[in-house]
Amino acid sequence: MSNVLINAPKAAKPGEVIEIKALILHPMETGFRAGTNGQIIPRNIIERFVATWNGTEIFTMAFSPAIAANPFVSFFTVARESGAIGFRWTGDGDFKVEEQVVIAVG
Amino acid sequence: MSSRRAFVAGAAAITVLPFAPALATPDAMAAAIKEVTGDASIRESRVKLDLPPLVENGNAVPLTVSVESPMTEADHVKAIHVFNEKNPQPHVFDIRLGPSNGKAQVSTRIKLAASQKVVAIAETSSGEFFSASADVIVTLAACVEDII
Repeated sequence: MSNVLINAPKAAKPGEVIEIKALILHPMETGFRAGTNGQIIPRNIIERFVATWNGTEIFTMAFSPAIAANPFVSFFTVARESGAIGFRWTGDGDFKVEEQVVIAVG
Repeated sequence: MSSRRAFVAGAAAITVLPFAPALATPDAMAAAIKEVTGDASIRESRVKLDLPPLVENGNAVPLTVSVESPMTEADHVKAIHVFNEKNPQPHVFDIRLGPSNGKAQVSTRIKLAASQKVVAIAETSSGEFFSASADVIVTLAACVEDII
């Protein structure tokens, strides 16, 4: 279930500040809403988003139910060396999705 | 007041009313902020919180937080926290940053359950806290509405 959309430059100059955008399909059910049967729909959210550059953490974000469905995150980072930018989302119900993009710096 | 403004204000007032689940209160938000900052003083500067002032759909409200900071090893923004007053929980998100980010700016989309105030707090590497807040009017609320 890898419904992920990443928008990052394919190449950058060393030291350049680049923007990375990541979007993942997920209902982000808050656990505060009742369904058609009157029962509360159980919470099902992504709790954590981590981005890594060649394995080193560059950005982490803790989500709450107040993050909109299909969470979108945009952040910045300094391009240092060529390699892979990794993304990991984890959440309720053992939810775990990993994705990576390759970037050339030079 | 123009009739359009009157309508907007009226619509906002109506949508705020029918919530069954308990909502966070400004007190809960203050307590959540205190958990992060402790007794440190918070200055209202350096942080910019971009939110539309009038939102038609509280299910996805674009939000951008940017903090003025050189983002060097010696002086950078360590964390950004966003809080709200009237969603069921006061927390919206927490972010960890470092000098490798180059720029202390982040965008996402959030849910808002009612017209309310949103507060962003930035923590710098020197342990100082800076904040910004924005008032948002929501005409269609999110989070707690039931599926019909």
